[in-house]
Amino acid sequence: MFEGASNLAAGVDRTFILILAIAVFFIVGITTFMIWTLFKYSRKKNIPARQFTGSVTLEIIWTVIPLILVMVIFFYGWKGYAPMRKVPADAMKVTAIGRMWQWSFDYGNGKLSKILVLPINKAVRMDLHSVDVNHGFFIPAFRVKEDVIPGYKNYLWFIPKYKGDYDIFCTSYCGLQHSGMNTKARVVENSVFVHWLDSLPVTGNIPDPEGLVLIKNSGCIACHSLDGAKLVGPSFQGVYGKKHIVVTDGKEVEKVVDDAYIATSIIDPGKDVVKGFNKGLMQSYRDKLTDAQIVQITDYLKTLSGK
Amino acid sequence: MSNSETHPQVSYLEYQGKYKGILGWITSTDHKRIALLYLYCIIIFFFVAAFLGLTMSIEKMRPGQDFMNAQTYNGFFTVHGIIMIFMIVIPGLAAVFGNFALPLLIGARDVAFPRLNLFSWYLYVTGAILAVLSQLLKGGAPDTGWTFYVPYSAGSSTNVIWALTAAFVLGFSSILTGLNFIVTIHRMRAPGMTWFKMPLFPWALYATAWIQVLATPIVGITLLMVIAERVLHIGFFDPALGGDPVLFQHLFWIYSHPAVYIMILPAMGVITEIFPTFSQKPVFGYGAIAISSLAIAFVGYFVWGHHMFTSGISYWSKWFFSFLTFIVAVPSAIKVFNWISTMYGGSIQMRPPLLYAISFVFLFMIGGFTGLFLGALATNVQLHDTTFVVAHFHYIIFGGMGFAFFAGLHYWYPKMFGRMYSDRWAYIAWGFTFVGFNLLYFPQFIIGIQGMPRRYFDYLPQFQWGHFLSGIGAFILVTGLILMAWNLIYHKKRGAIAPANPWKGVTLEWQIASPPPVENFDEIPVIKHNPYWFGTEEEIRREKKS
Repeated sequence: MFEGASNLAAGVDRTFILILAIAVFFIVGITTFMIWTLFKYSRKKNIPARQFTGSVTLEIIWTVIPLILVMVIFFYGWKGYAPMRKVPADAMKVTAIGRMWQWSFDYGNGKLSKILVLPINKAVRMDLHSVDVNHGFFIPAFRVKEDVIPGYKNYLWFIPKYKGDYDIFCTSYCGLQHSGMNTKARVVENSVFVHWLDSLPVTGNIPDPEGLVLIKNSGCIACHSLDGAKLVGPSFQGVYGKKHIVVTDGKEVEKVVDDAYIATSIIDPGKDVVKGFNKGLMQSYRDKLTDAQIVQITDYLKTLSGK
Repeated sequence: MSNSETHPQVSYLEYQGKYKGILGWITSTDHKRIALLYLYCIIIFFFVAAFLGLTMSIEKMRPGQDFMNAQTYNGFFTVHGIIMIFMIVIPGLAAVFGNFALPLLIGARDVAFPRLNLFSWYLYVTGAILAVLSQLLKGGAPDTGWTFYVPYSAGSSTNVIWALTAAFVLGFSSILTGLNFIVTIHRMRAPGMTWFKMPLFPWALYATAWIQVLATPIVGITLLMVIAERVLHIGFFDPALGGDPVLFQHLFWIYSHPAVYIMILPAMGVITEIFPTFSQKPVFGYGAIAISSLAIAFVGYFVWGHHMFTSGISYWSKWFFSFLTFIVAVPSAIKVFNWISTMYGGSIQMRPPLLYAISFVFLFMIGGFTGLFLGALATNVQLHDTTFVVAHFHYIIFGGMGFAFFAGLHYWYPKMFGRMYSDRWAYIAWGFTFVGFNLLYFPQFIIGIQGMPRRYFDYLPQFQWGHFLSGIGAFILVTGLILMAWNLIYHKKRGAIAPANPWKGVTLEWQIASPPPVENFDEIPVIKHNPYWFGTEEEIRREKKS
């Protein structure tokens, strides 16, 4: 629990212990007092209840003491938090990109990675970028978390202190595969990091084909994977030219995926639904995509089937 | 029933108006009947939502998919949240016990606007039907979480609009109930009942009602804005259209944080009635409890930002919201100290309502103290959006508001139905409920600290032990709830006849027959002293002198 895997962990954990101590003291104390009064003043003892109605002194005491305690807690919470917003000027910059439902890490110059590799004992600033909905970037061991919100330039920073692999989670609910949106942070020696970054292929600067850009911008890949994985809808991989059993008006028919089928699926998604998938989950893109754009998408899907 | 024989007025349960049977109930403007209408609806929906919760817990006992897929799970936690929040805990104590007991406690024959009161119930039922439809209609259950965060909620192809409309309609029901209670408390107190001679449950309802009236319209308009965003693509919140997703979070929490106080203030009010009765002793610190309700309601408006510490709001607004969050903790602490001091020096009889009230204090303290971890900026970063928040929230809402509801139900049950339930079965049901509750939610504190995020259908293996214990706890908890419901339903017709005043209470509702006559009071009582005087005239005079 208290690994202290980053420079920020101590400030968080100190606050945690302080609150825990106060909480345990009061919860145990008050509960014990309640149980004690139950026995001490039980009606079975036949002692008449005393009829006092309050005490100004006591009211002042139990207003002022909690007030002081919560102010102390507030102060510690703030003190532990303040350094999280002060990024050193020489911090290494990595952009974390969240999309439904995957993280990728941009090291600049088109170098993208699925896991976050970091050199030990070096400050890193993570700029958080979302391409679709809200996500949350969370590395529990480092005590860092910040939401990844489209249109917002959120960030966080830390210095990893120990080598090893650490879990990264998405904490802001983002739809179907929210719970699958996790990856690893790997902290290594600086020399290992430099070598790893050098050998990382440049993938980010090659522009996407027009069809793929449309697919990403329209949110298609939220439900239709490009790599064969089964999500809400059928995968796009190899889909063009494939034979499908589809349900049309409640009847099962065999259809080959061709240009016309793709156009129908985009404009009237409920018409021919591939067997094994649910009708009604996809909305029509009738007013959102032009015929020319549908052709571009179809051309791109052909490339995924090697045509 | 025996009481009505000796009484010139017929009881509200037996009263025969223009219509018979169920029509006589759903057209009745009697505050006591409306209270029971709410109670029955809430019990039914509570078991529906509890069933959704149970199935989620079972699904998560093992990592990976067992018997429901991720989309179903996401729909379940959303609808569980919408039903529990908007249909149970927000109306909850105010609509059931507020309606039933408020006029009795202040010596009135009904609320100020009885027909508006019935209309509120119809709005509630309409909203509830819309919420249930959102689950069942073509398109699939909404999958946004009860918080409806945009941009996701603006794009999800599920029945989000139905759920938003349901919450909107339910909001109006809440506003009208609040309005009704404010006017009732201002205008209809019995002669001689000054503000500081009013019992403390009405005080809590008064503070609550102001939040309902002032804060609920904000969430109403916000939900409409999301609907407009989806239908007309206006671009309030969606950054792709030039909107601001964090604006939604502000608007949502400006209501939904005070809403937590809509839930918990009446619960505190019920607890405040129970401690003096079972201790046979005036409530300790009457003024402090009354004022602290208002203080919570007031400061509670200005702490919404503590739900958004990680969303990128400015540094100093975090400072400000964290500071005020700690300030609002103090009045709750004052209440706890006054409750336990009420028992000190009393003549305490252990009965089911008191047992639930004591459990409330214990669970509410755990909920409250874990709130301090979330209010402190440094620890919030670690705990935000983890199961720690889920556990904290359920300790406050279920352990707090839920147990107070059970306490109130066991307290006013003899007055409501004129019958007694079995104490023995009430204790057994309490045992299952209390143990099950803690086993279900406590492990989630620990895995939350270790980093287990909330709203996860699946998880990494290191978190399994916690989810497994939670699943077992869920079974025990549901067993306890069923036993409790059985005990109360079975004895409604078969229990021993309840006396007018089974707990030796001194507030006005115990001075009339059980169940109360239609018009409550033959003659409106004239109030001479504070509401919690248990002693003889002689003792009261002596205490005043000393």
